[in-house]
Amino acid sequence: MHNFDFVKPSSIAEAVKALSTEGAQALSGGQTLTPTLKQRLAAPTVLVSLTGIAEMQGVCLGSDGLSIGAATTHATVAKEAAAHYPALAALAGGIGDPAVRNRGTIGGSIANNDPAACYPAGVLGSGATVVTNRRKIAADDYFQGMFTTALEEGEIVTGVTFPVPQKAAYVKFNQPASRFALTAVFVAKFADGVRVAVTGASNNGVFRWSAAETALSGNFSAAAVEGLTVSSDGLIGDLHGTPAYRANLIKVLTKRAVAAAH
Amino acid sequence: MPKDHGIGASSKRREDVRFLSGRGVYTDDMALHGQTYAVFVRSNVAHGRIKSINTANAAKMPGVLAIFTGEDFKDVGGNPAGWLINSRDGTPMREPKRPVLAHGKVRHVGDAYAAVIAETYNEAKDAAQQLADDSDIEELPAIVDMKKAVADASNRVHDEIPDNLCFDWGWIEDNRAAVDAAFKSAPHITTLELVNNRLVPNAMEPRSSIGEYFPGTGDYKLTTTSQNPHLTRLLVAAFVLGIPENKLTVVAPDVGGGFGSKIYHYGEEALVLAASRKLGRPVRWTAERTESFLTDAHGRDHVTKIEMASTKDGEILAIRTETLANVGAYLSNFSTATPTFLHGTLMAGPYKVPHVYVNVKTVFTNTAPVDAYRGAGRPEATFSIERIVDKMCRELNLDPFEVRRKNLIQPDQFPYTTPVGLVYDTGNYQATLDKLIELADVAGFDKRAAASKAKGKLRGMGLSTWIEACGIAPSNLVGVLGSRVGLYDAATVRVNATGNISVMTGAHSHGQGHETVFAQVVAEKLGIPESSIEIVHGDTSKIPFGMGSYGSRSLAVCGSAMSKAVDKIIAKGKKIAAHMLEASENDIVFADGKFSVAGTDKAKSFGEIAFSAYVPHNYPLETLEPGLEETAFYDPANFTYPAGAYLCEVEVDPETGKVDIASFTCADDFGHVMNPMIVEGQVHGGVGQGIGQALLENTSYDENGQLLTASYMDYAMPRADDVPFYTVDHSCITPCTHNPLGVKGCGEAGAIGSPPAVVNAVIDALHRGGHSHVKHIDMPVSPARVWSAING
Repeated sequence: MHNFDFVKPSSIAEAVKALSTEGAQALSGGQTLTPTLKQRLAAPTVLVSLTGIAEMQGVCLGSDGLSIGAATTHATVAKEAAAHYPALAALAGGIGDPAVRNRGTIGGSIANNDPAACYPAGVLGSGATVVTNRRKIAADDYFQGMFTTALEEGEIVTGVTFPVPQKAAYVKFNQPASRFALTAVFVAKFADGVRVAVTGASNNGVFRWSAAETALSGNFSAAAVEGLTVSSDGLIGDLHGTPAYRANLIKVLTKRAVAAAH
Repeated sequence: MPKDHGIGASSKRREDVRFLSGRGVYTDDMALHGQTYAVFVRSNVAHGRIKSINTANAAKMPGVLAIFTGEDFKDVGGNPAGWLINSRDGTPMREPKRPVLAHGKVRHVGDAYAAVIAETYNEAKDAAQQLADDSDIEELPAIVDMKKAVADASNRVHDEIPDNLCFDWGWIEDNRAAVDAAFKSAPHITTLELVNNRLVPNAMEPRSSIGEYFPGTGDYKLTTTSQNPHLTRLLVAAFVLGIPENKLTVVAPDVGGGFGSKIYHYGEEALVLAASRKLGRPVRWTAERTESFLTDAHGRDHVTKIEMASTKDGEILAIRTETLANVGAYLSNFSTATPTFLHGTLMAGPYKVPHVYVNVKTVFTNTAPVDAYRGAGRPEATFSIERIVDKMCRELNLDPFEVRRKNLIQPDQFPYTTPVGLVYDTGNYQATLDKLIELADVAGFDKRAAASKAKGKLRGMGLSTWIEACGIAPSNLVGVLGSRVGLYDAATVRVNATGNISVMTGAHSHGQGHETVFAQVVAEKLGIPESSIEIVHGDTSKIPFGMGSYGSRSLAVCGSAMSKAVDKIIAKGKKIAAHMLEASENDIVFADGKFSVAGTDKAKSFGEIAFSAYVPHNYPLETLEPGLEETAFYDPANFTYPAGAYLCEVEVDPETGKVDIASFTCADDFGHVMNPMIVEGQVHGGVGQGIGQALLENTSYDENGQLLTASYMDYAMPRADDVPFYTVDHSCITPCTHNPLGVKGCGEAGAIGSPPAVVNAVIDALHRGGHSHVKHIDMPVSPARVWSAING
């Protein structure tokens, strides 16, 4: 690890200011950044911790949905969102292992936008709104491809607001080594339609399976998906699965998520 | 009531107190005055010619004390191969020099070609990066695939070896004609091509070494993660650096797992010693996890074609195999023995096979060296045999239990001479098979399969009846077979004046539990409490010259030496007692910790004898020496032959290809069992590793020789929820006939017997589920592979 300075601001404004330093890097739970630093693959001059900012912490149910501070850990979401949005709480409770869940944060996860991460599926599948220090961004506009988001220079995620669906479920098929999603599907049924988000499968990161959304909006049952086919074009092929295998998983897991939704 | 003390008791592992409370002392825990840090500069290409290494910039960087390159070691020895194998035509194997640091060429990703020593770790890292930037290495085409390596003579891992072949070995060459004839007239021939997947050992503690040089005396000390400190001392002192053995102490303190990978001497150990001599300060190095993946000796990596000739009702007539075995870029110390004498000699399995012929071609590639890994050659043999027996049963529509029963060596046939050079001393393979069928409730399988089906899962069961040769091994025999070392072991039993005991063993415990079990054996034999006995291991300045721990040998070989040394203590104690009790030595009996005169109530306790030995005020010194300390060396007459029967049940999710282990049952014959709890733990761990190989672990190099699975992000280790609660039995006992404890060894059994049981179960599940076109799936049987097989 290279040497760096470390600051832990207590407000969003201070954090934004600290991040304007040349070579500054935001640090949330550090579950991706710390290993990168240890391997000397990044050499920031200053790390700006976002975990000391009160307004970026916590889970709160309001009139516009369930708001989660960006620096809220997965473990906290798993516990505190359980009564309000059980599918999302279950998603958070299934990320990594206890050590990861007690450090990793929702903001860190979606700012990184790993193509196999869980949270992007929950955020996109819920049609959530990503709140930053500058604006509100619809999930459909926020995720822009593998490790790519709508965030601009100096912009940090401060929270995410989730509309709470009537029913939802997240079904993940683990990559055997990392236990990231080899493929995972988040299905959410709202009064005005169904959203289906897929992570782990595409070279372009998380995406919505629109054909399944249409079919399920008409008939919310596993049978509705049965007749659909998933193209393997653009899907990830690696040691753990071919594009065709992932295409199969998308369909299988979508059916299972529909069956499990509550 | 089960015993709570001595042999056969499940005494709690005394070493766990320090391990579980964070009080173990591992190499990297040791802080030394004036210590410096070594960082290695490693090749990032699989194959390259070193054009230049410019050390000038790195040498000027802060904290840098010394830089070494291959040039500094070109005149010292190489790290040798410990076993000479001759090819079928009688020519000796090719042995390219394995230098401390690569010189001229780099031959695998991770091959170290320079080292930087600095005041701090970070300074050494910075300078190593600079040195890498200032090195000009011309990348050459990588040789990765074994078949291509042998076929393409133009591209060579070692310039002097034209076909990348180390040797072409036949076992036994004289069997070949009879085997071929048996195949010509066979009613049925089963053929299977399979891959025994390459594994990364992944010991929890990475390799770590500290070199110290003491200018005042000219002594050296190497503290290192070793399974056998005396062997490491011999190799680094006599073969590589040319240090007299008596001037080098090697200490292997607490070691966090080895699984074979820490048997061998590695260049880093020589480097820290040489650097310490140059600087006059301690030099330390601990592998990062990525270095472990890239440079620890890997395991397995065979590509095998096996054929089995049989009758239509499943009687095995002959076995013939052709194997390509990967040794990687250099010969690690036992890399030539593993695919040959630890593999070919087991190719008859536990069966009455009249004719067996094994051919092994061992191939150099631009990959990390491959050597013995838990089981070492025997898992490869067992997997090949047990998979093809199962395939034969399927082709002939025969019951796999009955076919095995028909072919197993019968209890009255021991000692049994196999056609591949071994004499199995004892066994009862029917007994373990019967025990297995009972414990695993084979009769209830259909009911369980129906329950699985109701959940949308396919259930299958897979059988494996395995045997291994371990307790490695008789020096007389291994010498004939090409070993350059003896494989005896040694122990010293030192009874202290106050009656407690220090036992110094050649075996090294790196997790196995020797400190507990060896004390149990001594306590039993001397009738004293286990708590009075200390087991000392891992320090060449304290212990007798032993050969360390691997090959399930510690108890069978070193334990036997210890048992002999205790017998000598008792004999000496009788002499002392005869003197003290004024009786004839022949009239002294030793029982329950007391020396007494037969037929009288005259007796001396063990403690009184010990005290007298060190306070010999009235000894007849011409006939009775003071002191009570004995050393014994033990060299066994044969290998030991543990055997058993394993049954795995799996549930396969046909939609995703995911395999879950529903149950795993083991019925083993380990001979006499010293500590049932530890034996069960060893089997659990071994089967866990076997399940890892069967379902999860995959070491994958791309065509450029880059290791794709160089971290836990892509290399899948088994986790607790990947393995079931095991049913383990060791009540079938045929004691080893040639060692004093009647023990056979249990450390590798699980890793040897389990992979074919798992794969056989998956194939069974698919067949029962209607996917009978699936004949074989290579390990790891990953979800994607199973799904592809179903839909292929």
